[in-house]
Amino acid sequence: MFAGIYGFFTRHNMLAMLISVELMLNATDINFAVFNRFLFPAMKEGYFFSLFSIAISAAETAIAIAIMINIYRNVRSIQTKDIEDMKW
Amino acid sequence: MEYTIFILILPFLSFLFLGLAGKWMSHRAAGLVGTLTLGAVAAMSYLTAFLYFTAPRLADGTFATLIPVNFEWLPFTSTLSIDMGVLLDPISVMMLIVISTVSLMVHIYSFGYMKGERGFQRYYSFLSLFSMSMLGLVLATNIFQMYVYWELVGVSSYLLIGFFYTRPAAIAASKKAFIVTRFADLGFLIGILVYSYYGGTFSFHPDSSMLMAGGAAMMPLALGLMFIGGAGKSAMFPLHIWLPDAMEGPTPVSALIHAATMVVAGVYLVARMFPLFIVYAPGVLHIVAYVGAFTAFFAASIACVQSDIKRVLAFSTISQIGFMMVALGVCTSLDPNLGGLGYMASMFHLFTHAMFKSLLFLCAGCIIEQVHSNEMSAMGGLRKYMPVTHIAFLIACLAISGIPPFSGFFSKDEILTASFNFSPIMGWVMAIIAGMTAFYMFRIYFGIFWGTENKELHEKLHPHENPLTMTIPLVILAGITCVAGFIPFGQFISSNGQAYHIDIELSTALTSIIIGVVSIALAIFMYMRPTQPVADSLARKFKELYTAAYHRFYVDEVYQFITHRIIFGCISTPIAWIDRHIIDGLLNFSAWSAYATSDSIRSLQSGRVQQYAFVFLLGALALILLLIL
Repeated sequence: MFAGIYGFFTRHNMLAMLISVELMLNATDINFAVFNRFLFPAMKEGYFFSLFSIAISAAETAIAIAIMINIYRNVRSIQTKDIEDMKW
Repeated sequence: MEYTIFILILPFLSFLFLGLAGKWMSHRAAGLVGTLTLGAVAAMSYLTAFLYFTAPRLADGTFATLIPVNFEWLPFTSTLSIDMGVLLDPISVMMLIVISTVSLMVHIYSFGYMKGERGFQRYYSFLSLFSMSMLGLVLATNIFQMYVYWELVGVSSYLLIGFFYTRPAAIAASKKAFIVTRFADLGFLIGILVYSYYGGTFSFHPDSSMLMAGGAAMMPLALGLMFIGGAGKSAMFPLHIWLPDAMEGPTPVSALIHAATMVVAGVYLVARMFPLFIVYAPGVLHIVAYVGAFTAFFAASIACVQSDIKRVLAFSTISQIGFMMVALGVCTSLDPNLGGLGYMASMFHLFTHAMFKSLLFLCAGCIIEQVHSNEMSAMGGLRKYMPVTHIAFLIACLAISGIPPFSGFFSKDEILTASFNFSPIMGWVMAIIAGMTAFYMFRIYFGIFWGTENKELHEKLHPHENPLTMTIPLVILAGITCVAGFIPFGQFISSNGQAYHIDIELSTALTSIIIGVVSIALAIFMYMRPTQPVADSLARKFKELYTAAYHRFYVDEVYQFITHRIIFGCISTPIAWIDRHIIDGLLNFSAWSAYATSDSIRSLQSGRVQQYAFVFLLGALALILLLIL
């Protein structure tokens, strides 16, 4: 998870940042599953929640990649430093 | 008589139709639509008058007051509501005849006069609007409906004065007319409010229990305020300044609105409220008489020296309306045999004046059409070229001068009798003003049709008689002027509604005839010859007086001074400064402070994603710390 956070802050390529976000999400999913297994073995909510989260992250990735493709078409780059025009 | 509502609806439909569809219509079609509508209205008015006056009288000898149509328009409380409807009583039926006749004549006349003008269709649609609102004014069942139509009349007058909107003088005149009358109408509105508050109703008969409970004490105030509105519309001094300028409008409009119908609305208003005036506010009625007498004299003296024929006619109108006001004002009782004669005299004069004054204006229109100028210097000797106009103008001049057997004699004689009954001073003053009337009317008559001919101009323009559409109305109105005096007017209209037999009092009649003849003789002596040595030497001798009268006694300049120097300079300018610097300043400051604040914090929005994420992370960590601790 901290690898994901680190990546998110240091990478300037949006694709790399997306991968970092996915890392964080996967780490969270594993956390859900593991904590569920060890703390409340009688219940199943944690598993379901991680499944749910995987579905959400898949959708989120699709949207993020669509945005990136559009940005690339417009500014010919997906480096964050090149898309600072949207401030103010 | 439910059909009377169509007297109002038809001209309104014609106004809408011509106003909306006129653009795609030919001039002839538009004119025909307007004229035929008015013809139908006139026919209905005559029918109404015939049925109304031939119906049997009530037991007390009066004609019944009919309200064939009435519906509640704006209910305020269970007792106070504004109604719309049609009221028929002797004076409203009389006004119906006056308005529809003059309006029909003007519609026909305008065919020739406005031929080929740009906006011909618009002109006819405005004429329809005016006819509708004027008819609505006289048929109003209550004072508020009257006020609504009163304002509509003002609007249509404004539109028609400013008809030639490319001329700056016409625009200025229309604005002046609208603002001055609107200013006076403020008094009218306040009067209505006072009246309805203390009288408990908008109708012409206030609730007697409300009057008992102290309302009667407020009636003089309410009626006085209403008279201010009437004085504005009827161009009484000092609110007369708009009428001479209103002559910038087309001449048929002057004949219809500014001679025959709209300007007598004030007289009609006083006559309408007359039963209240006489019972609750006889003092106010005397003020009406004095204002009327002063205005009549003032306007007559100005009319004696003006050189623009339409201006002379305008001042003559003001003077004649003064006569009508005096006649109403000198009434001291509801009984026509005991000092209520003036009411009948006023209405009679209103009727005859509408006919001969619109005739004078239409004649002036014929002349102006031929010589392309309002100034008397462009005229002179026109009797050879325009015989019909000449005879019609002469008849109207004789009528306004009070020479029998023309209509003006009979009505003016009644006014003089009523004035003499009130006080001999008032009677003599009015007789002298009647003499001045005869003098200035014959002054312009000789100036136009005799006198020195402007040969140079006439050779170029070849003045000749106008087409039939313009001369036929002249002939009809001249015919009415000849016979209208013999109408037994007192049989139909009198202050208490009962039949009153007019008998010409020989001494008064002789006095007025002698004064009229002497004044005409004086005018002949001074103005009939090609050169005018007497008039010129008099003008030189009383140079100051002459110049002052020529400049209308500088009343316009006084208004100019009051509005521009005092109101604009001392009140409006400081207010404008406060508005511009303090009120606008406050708003500008709030806008500026919002801008400055956002400008100083806008660098936070850097657009760098990593920076946002870092701040977000710090925030999340801080929250976690907070939760843990």
